[in-house]
Amino acid sequence: MASIYDYPSQIRRDILRMVHKPQSGHPGGSMGCTEFFTALYFEVLRHNPAAFSMDGRGEDLFFLSNGHISPVLYSTLARAGYFPVAELSTFRLINTRLQGHPTTHDGLPGVRIASGSLGQGLSVAVGAAQAKKLNGDNHLVYTLHGDGELQEGQIWEAAMYAGAKKVDNLIATVDANGQQIDGSTDEVLPMGDLGAKFAAFGWDVMHLEHGNDLDAVRAVLREAGTRTGKGKPVVIIMKTAMGHGVDFMAGTHKWHGVAPNDDELVRALAQCPETLGDY
Amino acid sequence: MHPYTNQGSQDTRSGFGAGLLELGRRNPHVVALCADLTGSLKMDAFAKEFPDRFFQTGIAEAHMMGMAAGLTIGGWIPFTGTFANFSTGRVYDQIRQSIAYSDKNVKICASHAGLTLGEDGATHQILEDIGLMKMLPGMTVLVPADYNQTKAATIALADHHGPAYLRFGRPKVANFTPADKPFVIGKADVLVEGSDLTIAATGHLVWEALEASNTLAAQSISAEVINFATIKPFDTEALLKSVTKTGRVVTAEEHQRHGGLGDLVAQTLGMHRPAPVEMVAVNDSFGESGTPAQLMDKYGLNAAAIVEAALKVRNR
Repeated sequence: MASIYDYPSQIRRDILRMVHKPQSGHPGGSMGCTEFFTALYFEVLRHNPAAFSMDGRGEDLFFLSNGHISPVLYSTLARAGYFPVAELSTFRLINTRLQGHPTTHDGLPGVRIASGSLGQGLSVAVGAAQAKKLNGDNHLVYTLHGDGELQEGQIWEAAMYAGAKKVDNLIATVDANGQQIDGSTDEVLPMGDLGAKFAAFGWDVMHLEHGNDLDAVRAVLREAGTRTGKGKPVVIIMKTAMGHGVDFMAGTHKWHGVAPNDDELVRALAQCPETLGDY
Repeated sequence: MHPYTNQGSQDTRSGFGAGLLELGRRNPHVVALCADLTGSLKMDAFAKEFPDRFFQTGIAEAHMMGMAAGLTIGGWIPFTGTFANFSTGRVYDQIRQSIAYSDKNVKICASHAGLTLGEDGATHQILEDIGLMKMLPGMTVLVPADYNQTKAATIALADHHGPAYLRFGRPKVANFTPADKPFVIGKADVLVEGSDLTIAATGHLVWEALEASNTLAAQSISAEVINFATIKPFDTEALLKSVTKTGRVVTAEEHQRHGGLGDLVAQTLGMHRPAPVEMVAVNDSFGESGTPAQLMDKYGLNAAAIVEAALKVRNR
């Protein structure tokens, strides 16, 4: 039986190898969110990987709004049992179900909405959360967003709605790594106090300083769950380091959408022990 | 002379409102969303009778489309309502990714389409929406002709799985199709049989096509009138069957030539049975303020324009 602590290193190996093969994909944000995905899928979510249903009744749901970090989603879904781990080797290759950005189009278990064009996932999650209320289903809806993604206006349409209409079965997490394609978020478009912005929209705001500390992520997600059902949607502003886990990839936007070459892959994998067996 | 009579002019948006209300009573899975145009879309009766199944999103159309996609996850059948301009162009990427590519069972219901929105002018008079929506893979596109048919189309959509676009309008227009006729998605209706030319019409222009057929009949020209209330999937068979008989076509729609029914008819004929086509449509321009009748006259979208096009296509 694998320990939850075995997952992050193995998922990082998967991410690195997945983007290396096609020399394409987004490793940086994926590696920064590895602890979040580990905590969510291997401890927090009440879900049924062996019998995936699009409908998702009687389960917690997760929506990845910043779809470009598909490598971490795919690795996590496979390792959780949604589909065979061996399929990770097809990422971004012709005829794959593991498209560059996630899609329902090819029937990949674990994916309930296409994402990639940014800013749309929060609205979808709000709709799914309202559907749960209509169904008398007391399970929760989780989302993940990039911080750069919050520059999209639709996010704030959804945030205003969720706060005003008390969508309190929803836990959104913002990956606050401070980086986006063209540079740091402060260089591209400073976003000010994100917590204050969500609070002003009627959300219950939580902050996590160490989003790459697995135990800290587990604790904040557990606490977020206890804060649902109280009239406000919950948001976690989670600080992470893009590229966390490999010293030469960490903390820079350089690895947002660039794959390691052969030499870099060897050096990176040396820093991520094979804990659960490579695909 | 065509056998149809105007049973009393009504707006097609009221047909949508009546259909939605009936669906609310008939189908417990139907929900509705509106972006601050509940009265204009005639959704207020549904909202009043089914407050738990009605979502007022405020003026946030992009969010409304995403939320509708989310509501399908859990088994609900969402009908979104706003003006056609804000139902398509404003939210095209949300529809493309969260609804069409994600194969979500969302019904996008769009009022105030085309020039007949009238005095508000070109900012609101979308004439490109049929083209935008029919280009999306898997999207069903319906443009019913009158109140009765819009009501029937609304009801039919609830039993049809998949993303769909329903286009209707603001002004009171002739209501002439049978009140109890079920809407069959993908089937065109031959309203008048004829032998000299085919008039392929959609939406508000169908009644104008019937009126034009009367004028043509008085000149001993026999026009076949077909109501293409489904734009996609297109009823290729109905078109080819008619053109095999008549050999020429006039298309009529409240839309741009580019991307509309005319394009579709010309493409279909080009591929299967080349024949002359004249298009009654807006020719690469925006609209403007005016009454619906003034605008339809100025931009050549009425029975007189159809007659003129018919005479032209006859001589080609």
